[in-house]
Amino acid sequence: MSNPLQDMEKPDAIFAIGTNMTECHPVAATGLKKALTKGAKLIVADPRKTRLAELAHLHLPIRVGSDVALLLAMAHVIVQQGLEDREFIAQRCAHFPEFKKHLKEFTPAWAAEICEVPAIDIEQAAILYGSAKLGAIYYTLGITEHICGVDNVQSLCNLALLTGNLGKEGTGINPMRGQNNIQGAGDCGAVPNNYPGFQPVTDEAFQRKFAEFYQQPAMDLGKQMTKVTALNLCGAEEHGIHAMLIDGENTVVTDPDKNHCKKALESLDHLVVIDIFLTETAQMADIVLPASAWGETDGVQANTERRVQRLRAAVPPHGESQPDWWIIAEIAKRLGTPGFEFQSAKEVFNELCHLSPIYKGLNWDNIGDGNYQWPVPEEGHPGTPILHQNEFKDAKPGLFKNINYRDPAEVIDQDFPIWLTTGRRLQAYHTRTQTGRASGMNYLLAEETLEVHPDDAKEWNLHDGQIAKIASRRGEIEIKVETTTRSPRGTVFTSFSFADTQINILTGSGYDPITQTAELKVCPIRITPVS
Amino acid sequence: MISDPHTSVAAQPSLTIDGQSATFTQGETIYQIASRLQKNIPTLCYDDRLQAFGSCRLCIVEIEGMRNPVASCTTEARDGMIIQTAPPKIEQMRKTLLELVASENRQVNIDPLRGLASQELSTLVNKYGARNGRFAGKTSGTSNEQDANPFILRDYDQCISCYRCVRVCAEQEGDYAISIANRGFQTQITTEFNNDLRDSDCTFCGQCVQTCPTGALADKKALRSQPLPEPIKKTRTVCPYCAVGCSIDLMTKGDKIVGAQPALDGPANKGALCIKGQFTYDFIQHEDRLKKPLIKQPDGSFKEVEWDEALTKAAQGFAKARQKHGRRSIYGIASGRAPHEAAYSMQKFIRASFGTHHIDNCSRA
Repeated sequence: MSNPLQDMEKPDAIFAIGTNMTECHPVAATGLKKALTKGAKLIVADPRKTRLAELAHLHLPIRVGSDVALLLAMAHVIVQQGLEDREFIAQRCAHFPEFKKHLKEFTPAWAAEICEVPAIDIEQAAILYGSAKLGAIYYTLGITEHICGVDNVQSLCNLALLTGNLGKEGTGINPMRGQNNIQGAGDCGAVPNNYPGFQPVTDEAFQRKFAEFYQQPAMDLGKQMTKVTALNLCGAEEHGIHAMLIDGENTVVTDPDKNHCKKALESLDHLVVIDIFLTETAQMADIVLPASAWGETDGVQANTERRVQRLRAAVPPHGESQPDWWIIAEIAKRLGTPGFEFQSAKEVFNELCHLSPIYKGLNWDNIGDGNYQWPVPEEGHPGTPILHQNEFKDAKPGLFKNINYRDPAEVIDQDFPIWLTTGRRLQAYHTRTQTGRASGMNYLLAEETLEVHPDDAKEWNLHDGQIAKIASRRGEIEIKVETTTRSPRGTVFTSFSFADTQINILTGSGYDPITQTAELKVCPIRITPVS
Repeated sequence: MISDPHTSVAAQPSLTIDGQSATFTQGETIYQIASRLQKNIPTLCYDDRLQAFGSCRLCIVEIEGMRNPVASCTTEARDGMIIQTAPPKIEQMRKTLLELVASENRQVNIDPLRGLASQELSTLVNKYGARNGRFAGKTSGTSNEQDANPFILRDYDQCISCYRCVRVCAEQEGDYAISIANRGFQTQITTEFNNDLRDSDCTFCGQCVQTCPTGALADKKALRSQPLPEPIKKTRTVCPYCAVGCSIDLMTKGDKIVGAQPALDGPANKGALCIKGQFTYDFIQHEDRLKKPLIKQPDGSFKEVEWDEALTKAAQGFAKARQKHGRRSIYGIASGRAPHEAAYSMQKFIRASFGTHHIDNCSRA
């Protein structure tokens, strides 16, 4: 997030797109609800009538995967109506004339055709956001889990640059991260393209820095590989991946195209999984190493607003389980890798701080319960709750990007005439390896359903509570139908949380070409009743 | 004296509380200023995250020049006020008020497992010696024993109609699931159409439980550990689910996790939680947890082994892959759930051992 969570009460206009915040980030949503009581206007773009959509002044139930068209048309309206922040654009942005020219053809009427919402609503959304003194954008995976995820994010950046809604209290571009420490995994360099602290692996200076510190003279310059590519190369004769270490991820259930993923892991010579349960992924491993869980280990995490927080052990580790870092270090030592003589979580964290410019001013003892939001470039620095305040990163201008709309990887046709979109539910977390084992949760949510609009159900010969078979180009599953007006006509929804309705057998139609994020939010399917 | 134009702005308003002077900002209430001065004025209907309500009257103070005491939580401070927070007359009034409240509330000892604020009434009643039965007789609120939900006990026999639950649900959560039926001694905290919570707009965030000053709304799940003899210990940590990063206190008795309570000073959540942070901590001590390292046998089953054997085998497998297929044949996937130390070690393991960038995490899924 460019802005802190506490800013959520402050905007005059909130544009929430692809975020089911009241279910996925309920505590953050309380901030938005407070903003509404203070008079803020809420625009929600989401195919489904979520709780957040119910609270909205303007709900745009756009067709799944049509976000870029909507955002282009909103930018078009903002420019056409002269709502752009000329001073901000002049002082801090570049490529505006080209962008303005690019926008010309993308009228609300053009977008209305693609998004399947009225042009007047698109215009209204643009005016509400564009004329607000403080406008803030919030988004989640509904923006990123598309083949055009990067385009979607850059389109949102265009809107924020256009209206000068960056670098100020109560504004910003604010992705709500999904997992407790998914921000931290990136901060720590557990990504192919960056060393810790977002230092690119394609930069020779950083290559030298880490080759030296890690005592690895053969450190690659670039040659990064994402998990998606790695899974495609598992077992391959040329450039193949043959051994894998997975820490705490139920890959075969969370990832798209489950059958492909399973085959990939099966073709490995050596699979080591570190986890707290014998997950479906762990069951495929040659060796399973028991990690101590949250509540049993000391550590650090970073939340969605870049706040660096201490985790503390409250109970002893279960059985003979050990902290993840200890397990990884012990394997490294046995491989003869130097630099793993850590005695405590504190030593590991402090090494990270030493190597990461955005954590330079942090250490185990000064972070407290979340005293700082990174970057903290030196000790004594107060941290950075709001990014981009006076300048963008490295003093570069904010660039407008000319984005074009693209159809999803697969679109509905005669064989697969229904849009499926997937997501999460309040009472279940991911694959339920944790919430499914918490007592009482089944009282509220015991099984998964497929949400279908009642009129569609009638047309497709389905009724509430009936079992239906749903199929995509990759596979099929059976699932119980729930008729609800939360779903728009022609689009159905379910979550990926339940083991007996593994929706990711169906998904996986395509990937963003830059990030290789899967298009989990769009999948054409067909539905047939099971008698 | 010639006034310096740079300091000619109006001086900040100030007042005197129990002989101590203090400046304040326009709009602050007497209670807020007194709290800052650590005056410890008693309250029952107050939760500083909510709009002041002024119903319990315990926070009354005496202001020089005013005939009657005023509720400090709803009275804005004015320049020059001279305030007494606990003169004998006020303390006597508080005792009488508490005697009235205690006459409605039927239980003397409230288990702290019930909720974060559950001790507020009993602590005050004990402090003022107010449970003397002087007003014993009529009571209000009837417990709802039908609601079978496993999380929230609806023990309205303990209710004193402070409406903190109703207000936290409306103001803090924006859910409006809890409402008030009837008036006077018939007052009843309830839901729309008197439904079970599951059939209302309740999201089971537990905020009503945590703000209840009497334990009338209580953490049913935590209360299952009431029989354990050990004292409750609290450990400050952060919720393990989404990335909002809500601070919580994990409650333990001995080595058992018995509950979670929100941290009111949590920088990201300011005392708020959702159902996951509030009620789903117990996966940690589930019987399905792995206790020992496992190695797969030729028949596909797993055998429990000692750490050294498992770690050596794990390392040998990577060494073999490196030897047979080269250093680029190995890949690592880090967790978005585990702490920094895990993610940092994973990427270091791959980069330092093999010199590649064959490392990723779950954010692409």
